Amino acid sequence: MTQPLERADFDLIAGWVQPGERVLDLGCGDGSLLKRLIEERGAKGYGVELEEAGVLAAIAKDINVIQGNLEQGLAGFDDQTFNHVVLSRTLQTVRHTERILAEMLRVGREAVVSFPNFAYWKNRLAVMGGRMPVSEDLPYEWFDTPNLRFFTLLDFESLCAKMKLVIRERQVLDEAGRLVTEEPNFLGSLAVYRLGR
Amino acid sequence: MSGVGLVSAQIAHFTQPLALKGGGLLPAFDLVYETYGTLNAAKSNAILVCHALSGHHHVAGHTEGNPANIGWWDNIVGPGRPLDTERFFIVGVNNLGGCHGSTGPASTNPATGKPWGADFPVVTVEDWVDAQARLADHLGIGAWAAVMGGSLGGMQALQWTLSFPDRVRHALVIAAAPKLSAENIAFNDVARQAILTDPDFHGGHFYEHGVRPVRGLRLARMLGHITYLSDDQMAEKFGRRLRTGAGSYGFDVEFEIESYLRYQGDKFAGVFDANTYLRMTKALDYFDPAQDFDDDLARALARARAKFLVVAFSTDWRFSPERSREIVHALVHNGQAVAYAEIDSAHGHDSFLMDEPHYHAVVDTYLKRVKL
Repeated sequence: MTQPLERADFDLIAGWVQPGERVLDLGCGDGSLLKRLIEERGAKGYGVELEEAGVLAAIAKDINVIQGNLEQGLAGFDDQTFNHVVLSRTLQTVRHTERILAEMLRVGREAVVSFPNFAYWKNRLAVMGGRMPVSEDLPYEWFDTPNLRFFTLLDFESLCAKMKLVIRERQVLDEAGRLVTEEPNFLGSLAVYRLGR
Repeated sequence: MSGVGLVSAQIAHFTQPLALKGGGLLPAFDLVYETYGTLNAAKSNAILVCHALSGHHHVAGHTEGNPANIGWWDNIVGPGRPLDTERFFIVGVNNLGGCHGSTGPASTNPATGKPWGADFPVVTVEDWVDAQARLADHLGIGAWAAVMGGSLGGMQALQWTLSFPDRVRHALVIAAAPKLSAENIAFNDVARQAILTDPDFHGGHFYEHGVRPVRGLRLARMLGHITYLSDDQMAEKFGRRLRTGAGSYGFDVEFEIESYLRYQGDKFAGVFDANTYLRMTKALDYFDPAQDFDDDLARALARARAKFLVVAFSTDWRFSPERSREIVHALVHNGQAVAYAEIDSAHGHDSFLMDEPHYHAVVDTYLKRVKL
């Protein structure tokens, strides 16, 4: 993943967090987003991370990181204790998609989900050319990707409708991290949603 | 190689009586302790290391004339090690009721002039922490940079944050639990029964009879040892391997695991005090900070001011990761600062004593961010 995009993604999320709010970042990696939300927004944050390297890096950043596997749900986290539960660029790597979305909105009042849009025109072009796409937001070869699921803005929104999740806001970015306003399912590389019940 | 080199123990005498949770006063007492590193001018770099069931004050280094007598947590303490003695002042202490120099059942009861034996009071984790606070006063340490321990030591670290919230800045709670399960207590009681029913126990007054309940202690340790290891580790280390000459369909030592357990049992029974073992396991059984809060651990922990590092090990079935997560989730519920690492390890409960690279990296990384 490249820095400018990551910042664009985080810029949006940071803008949605109010001072003093409680944030749970699922798959928090090295804790960069949480660090930023704590320092810039005065948030109170916890992260969940599976990988050893991420846990170590987050501890070094003084982040409240909890080593654990999202696939096992969020047992132990109380209902409605976080203002925002963030799942940044991770939903496509999760096997239990519906369960994790439901869990996010059980423990949090709002779910913030970002994911790469498989319908992005460059991805479509790659498949038209007979190859799986490798891009800024899908940076892996097919044989070593952590991604399990590929889906589009339209796919995700129909799942939200099925699960009766309310889409409070949607922002779509292109590969350079610019906001996309026209034809988002075609021109957008990364989507960021705020979901509620 | 020990990291801190030659060390020697010191004794602190306390003449102010100590009120015990179980009732009664201990009129005066001694604590034996060791220190490693240097206390800084601000006295802000001290770490207390609390020991587990059979541990003591000799945490690191080796003792005079005995290079093999290396401290039980030497692999984590020393220059450049996670508990870096270039930066921190480390204190190890033998708890009250212990058998390594601190006042305990084998000490002389001033009321009778004879060993306390069975009359030595049952001491709790809270009592230990109170006694350790006296030691902190004695050393001029207002607040610990960290209090740390594994297993029963982790419970002490947790209790420190509750008994003295303003005197501990970080608590490292490793391979611990917020209270024992019925199964844990059951194991402890079988161990105690082995001791209590040993004909040489004499109701705890065996000192006067010139004997020791060695058989009971040995059985207690063998049972304990099984619970500290993991099934995988035992399979890997011993499997079903037989000793040479085995196969007699008798009851001599035939399997390697039998040999190992008997060796561990004998070694332990040769040095440990039966009355101490009874009291240490009781302290484990009684520990339950949530008891006074309608079993609501979050409410119990709410008064803690420390930041926490909680560490559990994947193959620890005595205090499984689920038990550590109870502590973590109570802290998260309260919005308290906590990091939690679940270490993939093959060594069961004993993992906290092992040289596990990721575990040591977690402790090292956590302590590096501790401000002095």
